[in-house]
Amino acid sequence: METGNAGDMAALNLARLIAAAADTIAAHAEELTTLDQAIGDGDHGLNMKRGFEAVRAEAAAFSARPLPEALKAIGTKLVMTVGGASGPLFGTLFLALGKQISAAPDRANLTAAFGKAIEAVAARGKSQVGQKTMLDVLQPVHDALLQGKTAPEIADIADAAAKATVPMKALRGRASFLGDRSIGHMDAGARSTTLLVRTIVETLEGQP
Amino acid sequence: MSNVGIVIVSHSPLVAEGTADMVRQMVGDEVPLAWCGGNGHGGLGTNVEAIMGAIEKAWSEAGVAILVDLGGAETNSEMAVEMIGEPRSQKIIVCNAPIVEGAVMAATEASGGASLREVVATAHELSPS
Repeated sequence: METGNAGDMAALNLARLIAAAADTIAAHAEELTTLDQAIGDGDHGLNMKRGFEAVRAEAAAFSARPLPEALKAIGTKLVMTVGGASGPLFGTLFLALGKQISAAPDRANLTAAFGKAIEAVAARGKSQVGQKTMLDVLQPVHDALLQGKTAPEIADIADAAAKATVPMKALRGRASFLGDRSIGHMDAGARSTTLLVRTIVETLEGQP
Repeated sequence: MSNVGIVIVSHSPLVAEGTADMVRQMVGDEVPLAWCGGNGHGGLGTNVEAIMGAIEKAWSEAGVAILVDLGGAETNSEMAVEMIGEPRSQKIIVCNAPIVEGAVMAATEASGGASLREVVATAHELSPS
C-alpha cells in the first residue's frame, strides 16, 4: 500500500490493523458483553465481534483501496453489521475519519481528521464528553495526539479514560434509564474504544 | 403516489407492524407506508439496512416522515437517512413524536396532501417541548 513519506504513519498496513482489531474484539467479546449486561442490553460484545469479523472478511479488498475510501467502506460495513446503537456510532467514527483523512496522513492530518470524526460521533449520538460514553475515551486520545504523546502513553491514557467512566452517571443510551444505578460500572463502549485504541497504536508501533 | 410517505421504526417488529395496522385502518391506503423492527438477528432492536429498505418502500417525491420509539431507533434512522444520501436525504425527516399517535396523526395529515413540513409539524405537536 502506498503511504508515502508519512512520518509515524509510514508503516500503516491496513490489513494488519484490521486483523489486530478483530482479534482484540474477539478476545474481549465476553468481557464487553458482561459490562453491557450490567447497565445496557448485554449485546455489545456479540455485536462488535460480528461487525469486526465482517470487516476482517473483506480486509483484503478494503486494504487495496486508498485509505480514505477504505475507512469509509469499513464504516459502512460496521453500520450494517454491528447493529444496536453501536453500529451507527462506531460506523460514523470510521466514515467521518475517511472523509477527513488524506491518502498518506501525517500525524497532524490524522489528529485533525480524528477530531472531526469525534465531532461526528457526538452529533450522531447527540452526546458530549462526561456522559459515560465512547466520547469519554475518544476525546482524551485526541488531546494526547495533539500534545504529541507517544503510542504507549496514548494507550495508557485511553485505558485511564475508560476507567474514569466507572463513577460517571450515564446520560445517553440504554444505561441512562438506570440513572444513579449506572454509577459504578464501566461503559462498554468506552471499554471497546480503549481496546481498539491500544490495538491500533501498538500495531502502528510494530509492537506485539 | 404524491402524498408524503410514513415509515415506522420500532425495536419490536410487533409494535411496528401493529402501528402500521392502526394507520391503515384509521387512515386508509392513500399514504405510502412501511415499517420495520427488530435487530435483524431475531432479537429486539433496529437496524440500518432494514430502515433503508422501509424508506425505499414508502418513498414519495413529497418526502418521508419517520416515526421511531426509543433512542436507538432514532440514531439508526438518522444513520439510514445519511446513507441514503443527498438529494433524497433532504426530503426525509425523523419525527420527535410518540410512535403510535405520531404515525396516525402524521399519516392523517399526509393523506390530505399536506407537505412534509406540515406532516412533521403535526407529529411534533404531540410531543411536550
